[in-house]
Amino acid sequence: MPVRLREPRTPLTGVGTVYSRPVTGDALPPADVLVAALRAGDEAAFALLLDAWSGSMLRLARSFVSTDHSAEEVVQDTWLAVLRGLYGFEGRSSLRTWVYRILVNTAKKRGVREKRVVPWTSLLPEGNDHGATVDPSRFQGRGQRYPGHWQAFPHAWPSTEGTVLANELSAVIAEALRALPDKQRVVITLRDVDGHSSQDVCETLGITHANQRVLLHRARAAVRARLADYLATATSEGGR
Amino acid sequence: MTDELGCAELVELVTAFLDGALDADTERRFIEHLADCEGCERYLDQFRQTISALGRLTPRAMPQDAKQRLRAAFRHRHAG
Repeated sequence: MPVRLREPRTPLTGVGTVYSRPVTGDALPPADVLVAALRAGDEAAFALLLDAWSGSMLRLARSFVSTDHSAEEVVQDTWLAVLRGLYGFEGRSSLRTWVYRILVNTAKKRGVREKRVVPWTSLLPEGNDHGATVDPSRFQGRGQRYPGHWQAFPHAWPSTEGTVLANELSAVIAEALRALPDKQRVVITLRDVDGHSSQDVCETLGITHANQRVLLHRARAAVRARLADYLATATSEGGR
Repeated sequence: MTDELGCAELVELVTAFLDGALDADTERRFIEHLADCEGCERYLDQFRQTISALGRLTPRAMPQDAKQRLRAAFRHRHAG
């Protein structure tokens, strides 16, 4: 059983390790050094950036367009636009936020051209982004002893570290991400898969913290629920 | 409804809690509830595990030939 939380701020420190993962390429030099190197034509610096960011850019682009191939083209076009715009970069946002904003704009235009069903005119939460994220039947009703409290606790998850399940989990998560509504997928991809800060994501997508949180929370709850289903059936005894 | 937070309410506040975005009073009630409720403690823990697992997904790599083309474009821009 997990340790009880006693200090108000205890949980937040645990989360810090999640958010400060070195996914942004901690090995990269500081942004001003990078920008200077790029402007000076340092190809090695450009190669470093390409390697560090293209993978997650590809994943983000894929949320907006219909094929992997289109996503690759979006990322290529983004890099070309970055090279063209480099002298105009004023450092008002972080380099990565600036690059990702170009990516989102490029991807949106491309998505519109491909007539993707979901209009990307607005990244605000919509109808399917509201309501309970946990099945209300999991909680006691008004006539019961403790209304609003769990009927039965969520099943404990088995430890999957170092087991065959650990690999399968990645596939389950990837599938859960694909099943999300587009806006939720974009936000959870930026925040949790790629590890961008809340501030960066709001700037990149031009949405408020509150709206971002609505989308992120729904997305996380859906992925957690999918994992819970999977773990309940994959482990013969899903009990506590 | 008393001052106490119900489980059904708590599960909707988890992301705001993790972002440190709850107001002081709600955060206090969140934590008080958590200290007494094994079900919600477990839910929060599974939420955290989910976030960690998402962060361990490996991105698809940009194809080498695309990278080479971009590097060539970069060289070309700076050739003059």
